[in-house]
Amino acid sequence: MFASIMAIIVSAALSNNFVFSQTYGICPFLGVSKKTSSALGMGAAVTVVMAVATMITYPIYLLLNALEIRFLEILVFIFIIAALVQMIEKIIKKFSPSLYKAMGIYLPLITTNCAVLAVCEITSNALASGTWEPAVIAGVEMNFGFAVLYAIFAGAGFTLAMVIMSGMRERINNLNLPKALQGFPITMVTAALIAMAFYVFSMIKVGA
Amino acid sequence: MKNKYSKTFLDGVIFNNPTFMLVLGTCPTLAMTAKTMDAFGMGISVLFVLTFSNIIISSLRKVIPNSVRIPAFIVVIATLVTILKLFLNKYIPDLYGSMGTFLPLIVVNCIILGRAEAFASKNTVMMSAVDGIANGIGFTLALVVLGSVREILGAGAWFGLKLWDFTIPFFSQPAGAFVVYGLAIALFVYIMDTVQRSIRIKKTKEISKQNLLGEVA
Repeated sequence: MFASIMAIIVSAALSNNFVFSQTYGICPFLGVSKKTSSALGMGAAVTVVMAVATMITYPIYLLLNALEIRFLEILVFIFIIAALVQMIEKIIKKFSPSLYKAMGIYLPLITTNCAVLAVCEITSNALASGTWEPAVIAGVEMNFGFAVLYAIFAGAGFTLAMVIMSGMRERINNLNLPKALQGFPITMVTAALIAMAFYVFSMIKVGA
Repeated sequence: MKNKYSKTFLDGVIFNNPTFMLVLGTCPTLAMTAKTMDAFGMGISVLFVLTFSNIIISSLRKVIPNSVRIPAFIVVIATLVTILKLFLNKYIPDLYGSMGTFLPLIVVNCIILGRAEAFASKNTVMMSAVDGIANGIGFTLALVVLGSVREILGAGAWFGLKLWDFTIPFFSQPAGAFVVYGLAIALFVYIMDTVQRSIRIKKTKEISKQNLLGEVA
């Protein structure tokens, strides 16, 4: 049990990091990582949406499977995510205006963040085939608790990537670069260097 | 009239290339370019979804109410992706297997929603179809170029054909994808800037020549 939990945490956050080793969610990673505060806000918002989306899509997937209409998966999932993002926005606005001010502008962007749909697809594929997609945690059993844990720590890994990148970008902005390298290109090359560091984590073997 | 279509086409393929100039749809670009064949398959898949979503959305642009347009666009795109998924699963299972989770993720590809919002919801069906095909070709070309560089350097092969034994495995890793993509954008921007500057210099020279001739006359 403990070994399984550790395997999922390490795999989701570090060795199969969503940004650096699976390349999900690159658009917000490049777009919203200019300041550390906004990177943290976006990361937290994505983590919350990912966890709640997994909680909802898990039973929905079982329902689709029971009715034998699995091919509607994509349509149903994207609708759930879009509705969920709208709902969370309304709830936060009602109960915590200060949090809404900090997170509000990032919430509408999350609908088209592929990391959220990806985590739903990964859990539904794991349910269909009985084993997890990333090889590191292939032996871990699949149940509701582990699916939500995976979603939360995948979000944590995304937040980690955003925060590291924003810290570096704040320094890159002060450099004197050739015009063609400014903006996205230098950010990509920096991300490649961090991805090389993250590649080392994929050597970790955590067997369950 | 013809000029308008060719301008839209060139905008999509070169001047507003979705991958190099606008930097949209980055997730599949980074994930699917380790092999040229996968990159080509991904490009064609996006070309299909983009063209038909542009055609459907622009023909429905007067029916869809403005306040619910984004959910309506997403339904159209998700339906097309579902059709594509069923088709690939039945007829090209190899590509279906290698695309994995990135096939359903075409739904949230920013290029498709971006073109629907910025172009198809405001223009005629014909123009939108041309725009969809142009952007799809621009995306496919970009992916094939990146895929070729990564496969030749990383695996010593091209479209699965073995060229030589010398390989640099770094380029097959996600880190290699970031480097190749970043440098490709820089190179593309540099070439575009140089070309545009030389055109501008030519024009100013012509104008000054004419002015001189005018003064002499």
